[in-house]
Amino acid sequence: MITLHWLYALAGAMFAAFAILSAFDASNRKRLGNAAFWGLMAVSLLAGDWIGDLGNGLLVLGLAALAGFGFIGRSHPPTTDDSERAAWSGRLGNKLFLPALIIPATALIGTLAYNYTPLGQAGWIEPKRETYVFLGLGVLLALATIFAWLRPPALAPLQEGRRLIDAIGWAAVLPQMLASLGVLFAAAGIGDAIGALTRMAIPEGSVFLTVAVFGIGMALFTMIMGNAFAAFPVMAAAIGVPLLIGQYHGDPAVVGAIGMLAGFCGTLMTPMAANFNLVPAALLELKDQYGVIRAQVATALPLLAVNILLIYLLAFR
Amino acid sequence: MIDYWPLIGILLVVLGFALKFNPMLVVTVSAIATGLIAGMGPVEVVSTFGKAFNDNRIIAIVWIVLPVIGLLERFGLQQRAAAVIRAMKNATTGRLLVLYLVYRQLTAAIGLHSTAGHPQTVRPLVAPMALAAAEKQHGALDEDTAETVKAFSAATDNVGLFFGEDIFFAIGSIVLIQQILSTYGYELAPLQLAVWAIPSAIAAFLIHGARLLLLDRRLGRRP
Repeated sequence: MITLHWLYALAGAMFAAFAILSAFDASNRKRLGNAAFWGLMAVSLLAGDWIGDLGNGLLVLGLAALAGFGFIGRSHPPTTDDSERAAWSGRLGNKLFLPALIIPATALIGTLAYNYTPLGQAGWIEPKRETYVFLGLGVLLALATIFAWLRPPALAPLQEGRRLIDAIGWAAVLPQMLASLGVLFAAAGIGDAIGALTRMAIPEGSVFLTVAVFGIGMALFTMIMGNAFAAFPVMAAAIGVPLLIGQYHGDPAVVGAIGMLAGFCGTLMTPMAANFNLVPAALLELKDQYGVIRAQVATALPLLAVNILLIYLLAFR
Repeated sequence: MIDYWPLIGILLVVLGFALKFNPMLVVTVSAIATGLIAGMGPVEVVSTFGKAFNDNRIIAIVWIVLPVIGLLERFGLQQRAAAVIRAMKNATTGRLLVLYLVYRQLTAAIGLHSTAGHPQTVRPLVAPMALAAAEKQHGALDEDTAETVKAFSAATDNVGLFFGEDIFFAIGSIVLIQQILSTYGYELAPLQLAVWAIPSAIAAFLIHGARLLLLDRRLGRRP
């Protein structure tokens, strides 16, 4: 059966190649730092299950130290310049989009075929992970197509990949760090403390204000944790279930579903949701690392108000 | 009695981000402090942190698309995306992004949320197209305007994803809601929950779509 571990191996091999190419990149002053950083990522992906929890913990401390004390820097691997790219774009025309579409098309068609045709009944992919597997397959198909058609130098995909990953830098690892922080927060009982504080903010007897505290609490706690999944159990236990559903007889489906979406409004406004807010800022080379969040606040706040209204109007019909 | 001391961990994160310390350090320091305050030993804290990092490796998989994206950029994909938009007479940044918003919401609603995203579609296609359209509307872009257009491209991807995916009943958040509510004795089918994501999805489309069209008006005023 094809499991996620196949993909960890693929990604791990790629990071190992980034590390080796970094180590030999004489043009980068911080080449050894980059090599160590991507090398640790490769170890995590290739051998994470064998080095033990403490080994993984030390690995993470290593990543944080390399990034936090400025040991990694941006590299400039060999690539084409703007005028060459414009020339290629003119020469190849819109056919250039075809290899770009191979990845989403493979993921899309593969997922649909696997779920809605007899293909999936063979069970040769780890359950619920088929989109990731087809994403990986799409990557390999796209690479094969580009090599057959345009014949780039053999190392080009790895050098171009390294150009992009170095442009993103440590932000590429931050989402995984934040997810781990969330686990520690939960283990330390932060959810209980926040739930208790929120209950103190509830005015007695007003359904609307209770709904508002529930929605705003979801958004705020999501902003702190970077993830609505972490906020939902806490707010459900503090307000959603005992007050909105229990005392005021709200519809549990509405309270649950739209409560979660109120949390998503918080996700749009926090740097803690790094993979949605900070990574794209790095990926698009924005000067302001909070630029994406700034663009989202004016959507998120009115939408939060709408979600609170929707719970109030739909749950208590 | 509820222990409020671990909240110091949150305070550290908020302060660290506000003072613009390196986020990797902020997260690590906060994680260790939170664990120690909660009474774990140093080895236990580091082990817990490491195990959680290992359990979340799925987050790193998406980077395997970078070699393909980089290779296509080498052959002028961004330039090509921009050229297509320049050739369209009526293309504007706002209309283009509204179209992407619809696409993202609809594909996410049928469970295909991993088929698009910031590395796969926003950097190579959506952002260069939005910039090219903005240049047509506005003339040459100053740095701030270009930043705004790029930031809105990423924002549109997020809004489309968040307010589309919950309509798909087999997504993690729906399963989570179902499981939490069932522990309190409320048994709901995933589909019962997913339908209630539709009103918010429509509201998200109207609010963000309106902002995108307002962005068009701003870009239409030439400097």
